[in-house]
Amino acid sequence: MCLATTLGPLTLKNPLILCSGVLDMTRKSMEHLPEAGGVVTKSVGREERLGYGNPSVVEMEHGLLNAMGLPNPGVDAYVEEMRGHAIEVLIGSVFGEDQASFVQAAVKMATVAHALELNMSCPHAGSYGAGVPTQAISSLVSAVKKEVKVPVFVKLGAENIRERAEAAVAGGADGLVAINTVRAMAIDVETGQPILANRIGGYSGPAIKPIGVRCVYELAQDHSLPVIGVGGATTARDVLEYVMAGSSAVQMGSALHYGGKTAFRRICDDLRSWLREHHIKSITEVIGRALPNNNL
Amino acid sequence: MPPRIHALQAVEENTARHKTFYFSDGQCAQAEPGQFVMVWVPGVDEMPMSLSVIGERQAVTVEAKGPGTEALHALREGERIGIRGPYGHGFWAAPGRAVVVAGGTGMAPLLPLLEHLEQPVVLLGARTASLLLFREEATRLAGQVRVATDDGSAGHHGPVTELLEGTEEADRVYTCGPEAMMKKVVDWCSQRGIAVQASLERYMKCGLGICDSCAIDGLHVCREGPVFTGEVLASLEDFGRWKRAPSGKKVPL
Ligand SMILES: Cc1cc2nc3c(=O)[nH]c(=O)nc-3n(C[C@H](O)[C@H](O)[C@H](O)COP(=O)(O)OP(=O)(O)OC[C@H]3O[C@@H](n4cnc5c(N)ncnc54)[C@H](O)[C@@H]3O)c2cc1C
Ligand SMILES: Cc1cc2nc3c(=O)[nH]c(=O)nc-3n(C[C@H](O)[C@H](O)[C@H](O)COP(=O)(O)O)c2cc1C
Ligand code: FES
Repeated sequence: MCLATTLGPLTLKNPLILCSGVLDMTRKSMEHLPEAGGVVTKSVGREERLGYGNPSVVEMEHGLLNAMGLPNPGVDAYVEEMRGHAIEVLIGSVFGEDQASFVQAAVKMATVAHALELNMSCPHAGSYGAGVPTQAISSLVSAVKKEVKVPVFVKLGAENIRERAEAAVAGGADGLVAINTVRAMAIDVETGQPILANRIGGYSGPAIKPIGVRCVYELAQDHSLPVIGVGGATTARDVLEYVMAGSSAVQMGSALHYGGKTAFRRICDDLRSWLREHHIKSITEVIGRALPNNNL
Repeated sequence: MPPRIHALQAVEENTARHKTFYFSDGQCAQAEPGQFVMVWVPGVDEMPMSLSVIGERQAVTVEAKGPGTEALHALREGERIGIRGPYGHGFWAAPGRAVVVAGGTGMAPLLPLLEHLEQPVVLLGARTASLLLFREEATRLAGQVRVATDDGSAGHHGPVTELLEGTEEADRVYTCGPEAMMKKVVDWCSQRGIAVQASLERYMKCGLGICDSCAIDGLHVCREGPVFTGEVLASLEDFGRWKRAPSGKKVPL
């Protein structure tokens, strides 16, 4: 049973990718997940950022709420640490407050990564992330594309996703990543206080899976380039759901909270069993199976 | 789950810089010695704190050293904090002759361990006599308490690690305190083949094993720790040398 999949020129031994922001600030944490088909780095910017104060994560009934605030050591220190890494497929996530800083971070990150992921979707980071105006996306993507040789993926949030994807594709994106966390908040009723120090954050985990699946399903119909689904996948069935909606690979993060560091290995085993039970030789055969007019 | 809100049942002053905050939380009642909770001071900060009392009621013992811990120190009985956890792996008490080495606030997670050990020898260190934490409690629970202070105001004049000489008969050592001190303890034990467990501190945000801020050589203090064995610690390049700033930047300890 073959789990290998491709993202343009990249071949992944399995479709499971560690998403940006989860156990990926330090090189060894990423190297300690050799079962992953790929790893996305923490989103890194030009300058060091401490991130927001605590609480920065709230565990909820059906997911996780976080407002880390894009903490990162700055791209120079990050690249320094990553040099010589042993990760098979490393996707470098970058962000910036304007085109120049985006491009600078991207160029440096590309020296250690096999592909880039432009974070245009963090839902609680002011002018960064989801704050990047839709009309700026296309020129931003093409500016990065001009400077790097590795594939450039664009990570989008659920809000306004079709229009923003259109802009990313117009700029020359090599793939689309959907979705980021969903802008959300939690209030403690005993004290009347928003729990997150930043008050507003992003919601991840099982609760957002149907939103992510819908977004992938729409993007896979609108575009022919690879789509990478992310949001709430914690089991092999969740991964298959994303794949059938049109994902060539699936990123996961919160799953490591629910299932620990062995989650990737377990899900790979379950995917193989599922393929065997269904007499399917390769996971690539089910990509897009749920799309209308699917001829498979 | 989100922080559980509790009114403080009592606040005790232990030393000029330490206070103990009592609350009653069903989940913490089941905790292992050495596990920690995330303590939320609403509107101020959320901080990792080891449980220093585990039983019918529970407590954390806090040294005032910055805005978050000072806000905690300003709270009185009846005021509210949020608790989530307990998290991580604590100490595992094993039979045999035990030595407990505590430096400063490091005594906090070791106190609830004492009742699980048979007549342990406690080596308790602090900068000065008035900052010796839980000296009386330790005397009640341990076979013997030996004290060291940096300024010589009580007990041995010098680092608490110097009291290790003479405890070579120990089967196990448990330690918590400044990392440089724990490094010495772990090295001393490894050289003599004595099993050792140490409780580490790293900057923490999620406490859940997802944000990577507490990473040490690919392990996570909030999930695989905070208590690690000497064998694991000996394999870590960062132990005793490097930690991470809140930005993730590698900085010297
Ligand atoms: C597992 C664990 C258990 C701990 N148990 C205790 C305890 O029982 N009693 C006690 O007094 N202290 C304990 N600490 C340390 C305590 O969390 C910090 O002293 C406290 O967060 C300082 O906050 P502040 O705002 O007062 O100080 P600041 O001025 O903000 O910082 C003072 C020091 O505390 C560190 N610190 C600040 N925030 C955090 C954080 N979120 N996570 C880790 N370190 C932080 C800083 O890096 C700095 O070294 C523990 C830490 C960990 C990781
Ligand atoms: C603690 C945390 C930090 C995150 N940081 C980033 C980030 O830096 N950049 C980014 O693009 N996405 C970030 N995300 C979003 C995830 O990459 C992912 O899109 C989202 O969590 C949904 O997937 P999941 O449900 O599998 O976690 C973060 C998520 C979490 C939980
Ligand atoms: S505090 Fe987030 S991984 Fe440990």
